[in-house]
Amino acid sequence: MTLEILGISVLWMFLLGYLIIGSIDFGAGFFNAYGVLTGRQHILTNIIQRYLSPVWEVTNVFLVFFFVGVVGFFPKTAFYYGTTLLVPASIAIILLAIRGSYYAFESYGSRGHKGYSFMYGAAGLLIPASLSVVLTISEGGFVSMVNGNPVLDYHALFTSPLTWSIVVLAIAAVLYISAVFLTWYADKAGDRKATKLLRKYALIWAGPLAISVIGIMFELSKHNVEHFNRMIDIAWMFGLSAIMFVITVWFIWKQQHYSWALGLLVGQFALAFFAYGISHYPYLLYPYLTIYDSFTNPAMATALVVAFVLGLLLLIPSIYLLLKLFLFNKDYIRGKKDHHA
Amino acid sequence: MENESAVFFSRVLTELTLSFHIIYATIGVGVPLMIMIAQWVGIKKNDEHYILLARRWARGFVITVAVGVVTGTAIGLQLSLLWPNFMQLAGNVIALPLFMETFAFFFEAIFLGIYLYTWDRFENQKKHLLLLIPVAIGASMSAVFITIVNAFMNAPQGFDVVDGQLVNIQPILAMLNPAMPTKVAHVVVTAYMTAAFVLAAIAAFKMLKGSNHVYHKKALFLLMKVGLVFAIASAIIGDFSAKYLVEYQPEKLAAAEWHFETEKNAPLILFGVTDGEEVKYAIKVPYALSFLAHSNPTAEVIGLNEFPEDETPPLYIHYLFDTMVMIGMFMVLVSAAYVLGKIRGWSFVSTKWFRRVIVAGGPLSIIAIEAGWWLAEVGRQPWILRKYMKVAEAATTSDHVDIMLILFCGLYIILGVGSVVVLRRMFRHNPIEQEIEDRKAEKGGDFS
Repeated sequence: MTLEILGISVLWMFLLGYLIIGSIDFGAGFFNAYGVLTGRQHILTNIIQRYLSPVWEVTNVFLVFFFVGVVGFFPKTAFYYGTTLLVPASIAIILLAIRGSYYAFESYGSRGHKGYSFMYGAAGLLIPASLSVVLTISEGGFVSMVNGNPVLDYHALFTSPLTWSIVVLAIAAVLYISAVFLTWYADKAGDRKATKLLRKYALIWAGPLAISVIGIMFELSKHNVEHFNRMIDIAWMFGLSAIMFVITVWFIWKQQHYSWALGLLVGQFALAFFAYGISHYPYLLYPYLTIYDSFTNPAMATALVVAFVLGLLLLIPSIYLLLKLFLFNKDYIRGKKDHHA
Repeated sequence: MENESAVFFSRVLTELTLSFHIIYATIGVGVPLMIMIAQWVGIKKNDEHYILLARRWARGFVITVAVGVVTGTAIGLQLSLLWPNFMQLAGNVIALPLFMETFAFFFEAIFLGIYLYTWDRFENQKKHLLLLIPVAIGASMSAVFITIVNAFMNAPQGFDVVDGQLVNIQPILAMLNPAMPTKVAHVVVTAYMTAAFVLAAIAAFKMLKGSNHVYHKKALFLLMKVGLVFAIASAIIGDFSAKYLVEYQPEKLAAAEWHFETEKNAPLILFGVTDGEEVKYAIKVPYALSFLAHSNPTAEVIGLNEFPEDETPPLYIHYLFDTMVMIGMFMVLVSAAYVLGKIRGWSFVSTKWFRRVIVAGGPLSIIAIEAGWWLAEVGRQPWILRKYMKVAEAATTSDHVDIMLILFCGLYIILGVGSVVVLRRMFRHNPIEQEIEDRKAEKGGDFS
């Protein structure tokens, strides 16, 4: 395996991590706000707060890690994506900032502030939408070179059906992932009301998720044939992912094996996400930028890999401790012990 | 192709983001250490007041951390969004510390979450103290790594340029650049100092408002002692920084000191205003600049006129220099007077006016941090990568930077106001007297 492939695989893994835990976070915010709106807040708030409070900051780090890593391993991405993404990424930052800080304000400062919950919920849906624009741009056709500098064609971007299918996919995936996770979490907490409600949400959002995936395949077959053909080449990965999806929905429908459902959910997204990444290879930005022509010099690449391995030696036990204390600790989840500062 | 308005607005937006971020970042670096010290003193003296001090600071800290994290994410992304050409070039040499910073940040985030949500989980308070060590280390290390990146921009090394291509890249050498030791030390130590004086200001404020609880007195004395140590350390490292500038960035020192002609026996200029090269209303301390620069009152100091005009920083950085140094010195005096006064039993340190001075010390320290950063950053104009890349070549070519500036202005207003409102509400609704009562009821222990 070359360092280029290693670098992008590791970064892709962190992006997958962000996709999963970010989705849980974004979806939770939305369900919470929806609960406030429909007067069912009391059912969900406790479960959501108990999960999110100790980990919200860690969620944010996954994103930071990804973009710092990309610029580190592939410095040219700063030039292409930095220039073109000014507006969408700035909007995402602003939403993330409002969301992150107002979560802290709400949960540590003044509990139960309705305005905060709404902002929090709304931002949670807009962020995946604004971030998913990157996926659209990476397919090519929206960036042109003017005087040697990349320029983003907003009109083409916003009128493309591909953009909107990806936005729908992002939102549906967020709500689905979040609902499945929280169903499992609520079930572990022995909170039957919350489990019931969240299970319903999971089933509702499974439909749009499946439909949007089919829509994207269709759009892509017209937009970027090269990419589409590569996807067909590894169709078995997508197929396996789809089977996992079906079993997850089945378990949730039957109200059993929630732990399995959660595991399969992660497997489903991991497979689909990696299959998408592999089929995108070798392009970072079609057709201007490949992972080879943007890769950093060998000295820096080696240094980054060493730093990465040492960093992981520090991180993995820490993350394990965090999970053990807050995700797999029955007393904590059930709210028997809630000793926050 | 340059886009002049994009260059201008990119500079303004970066300055705005960083100026806002460093308020929270400085607190974020310094406060975990204060919490750790309070927790440790509490365990050692077996005094619940200090433990409570740690707990209440931790609670407020969460709010400042939240704003620090999100604005830090903003500047992290803005580096690539606003300065794509710079990141493309520098990323090849300086990505390592940037990457390590995210690890430090990761580490801190994990343990902060654990620390905050395990307050009474452990019977033994020492175990809980152990959780704070990674928080404090993570916070300080992220400051260290990100300052290394900044130091590199001031003193780039660890690569060669051959025909416009970067070759012979040595990431470690780039990190160990000459600006690094003084910069990192000054940033970390002034952050500790600022955090101590900001928390001291809160304690003094509470006492001014009539709360005469022994809790505030203990807090104030502890913080002023810690603040004094770090204020003295800041001054000493500040002096080393000046000596670094003489050696490696003489144009920055010359502009900060309005030192135009290269001469021996150079005087130090305090205050004043310039009109071109004419300095008015200033206090001139003879030989002081030579002494400051070379530890020799008759040594020669290079003047600003030795440099091409388009490579010198603007002259207004002198005011920033004055502001930073004056506040630093003032805080050394205030904290020394307080600590000595407490030990010797001088009564003036417990008067209202002196407490007002301590209250002023919090915001003043923050102003000094801002002034110091502006000095450091504006002082390397026009370079973004000194001697390699000018700011104008580094900026984005994208339009819309002006609209983004407005959006981010709005964001920082919301975050600034929000954090202040929430912090005030948090502590006003739950004053220390109330919390001690609650703890008593909860534990049935003996509190005074």
